[in-house]
Amino acid sequence: MNAWQFMVGHRAEILSATREHVLLVLISLAIAVAIGVPLGLVIVRHPRLRAVSLALASILQTIPSLALFGFLIPLPFLGGIGAHTAIVALVLYALLPILRNTFVGLTSIDSAILEAAEGMGMTQQQILFRVRLPLASSFIMAGIRTATVITIGIATIAAAIGAGGLGTFIFRGVAMVSDAVILAGAIPAAILALFADFLLGLLERRLRVT
Amino acid sequence: MTKPIIEFKHVEYLISTTPSRSILSDVSLQIYPGETIALLGRSGSGKTTLLKLINGLRFPSSGTIQIQDRNIRDWDLIQLRRSIGYVIQEVGLFPHLTVRENVCLVPQLENWAADRIYSRYVEVLQSVSLAPSIYSHRYPRELSGGQRQRVGVARALAADPAVLLMDEPFGALDPVTRAELQREFLRLAAHMAKTVVLVTHDVREALLLANRIVLLDVGRIIAVATPREFVRLSHPVAREFLAAAELSAGASL
Repeated sequence: MNAWQFMVGHRAEILSATREHVLLVLISLAIAVAIGVPLGLVIVRHPRLRAVSLALASILQTIPSLALFGFLIPLPFLGGIGAHTAIVALVLYALLPILRNTFVGLTSIDSAILEAAEGMGMTQQQILFRVRLPLASSFIMAGIRTATVITIGIATIAAAIGAGGLGTFIFRGVAMVSDAVILAGAIPAAILALFADFLLGLLERRLRVT
Repeated sequence: MTKPIIEFKHVEYLISTTPSRSILSDVSLQIYPGETIALLGRSGSGKTTLLKLINGLRFPSSGTIQIQDRNIRDWDLIQLRRSIGYVIQEVGLFPHLTVRENVCLVPQLENWAADRIYSRYVEVLQSVSLAPSIYSHRYPRELSGGQRQRVGVARALAADPAVLLMDEPFGALDPVTRAELQREFLRLAAHMAKTVVLVTHDVREALLLANRIVLLDVGRIIAVATPREFVRLSHPVAREFLAAAELSAGASL
């Protein structure tokens, strides 16, 4: 049986797995943005917190994903089996690109522009929200885009702890030694990633100034 | 005798390297309402620092600065800066805002009524020879260097400040555009009655635009002179500036 036949035969199941997958990714990204962007704003003015949070986010990024899912299982409240544990792990991975890009975007602004803003009598808060943040928006979007692509990939592993999604087919295919079943999970995941990358790339270019 | 609008008394500015380095020493200067003052000096003479001391972007290490009879340390800095126009060489227009948004920013921060902001906007844009109907919705990247500099001046004038600070405002322009903007500046200065402090390293610009020239060398004021007096100064630094200008005038023939 080839992959195409399998996919046609199981299209309803694949569709619902895709839906689960997208939901996992969207929820994780929403949380990562809600944490990463404000944290990026805060660390512009707090060098010590900046060092700690960027280092922590980088270290989290280096933990192999399967291991991280494993570590989370025994944890109370955050851990256990199922989608919510997967979301915790995915948020941790998505955090670094968003946080780092937010910070870089906010701090790589032409010094003449910032000097003009200060010289014109804008308060630090006005400079942050009316100058730095709009000028950093395309950087932030680039971070979200990277995080999205990473999350779509890593979310396939979430099936290992019972979170569902397209990884279900991949793990099943590995167990059955069936390329067709593996591809039934891998191909939709790849298409999702490419599609998200393209769409967010468009958005990123629209936000770019100069 | 009118009172000075800006007064420096024995101002010293040090930067905290080890050992600390003096950027300005014993600067005393009085600037009167309506004057155009040129701060002339070579790179590193401290002229830009002197300018930044006026709007509180830098603070004196010792000595006092009075702006409108009030010590600069007693001013609310935000209020002070909003009452002083500021134009810098790289212009510093906000790339994500249109010409109109750039120009109207300070009046908006000052909570002016919308119709007052608009009429002031039209007025200042016309005063720098830009038609609002053409330029309002353009972004800085869609403007030439000269147009950007005009918008920078319009933005600095928008909240109708008594004092205008200009840091080499025409430095980055080609010679023809520079001459054009200098002529317009003279016309504008004549009818605005603002106090202007202008930083330049171009002695001809200083002679052309200023009522008085403050010559700086390695952080000290070495002469304060009207253009007429300046050309007769015997101080070697003044002679160097004049000689260099004559040389390049000869070379361009």
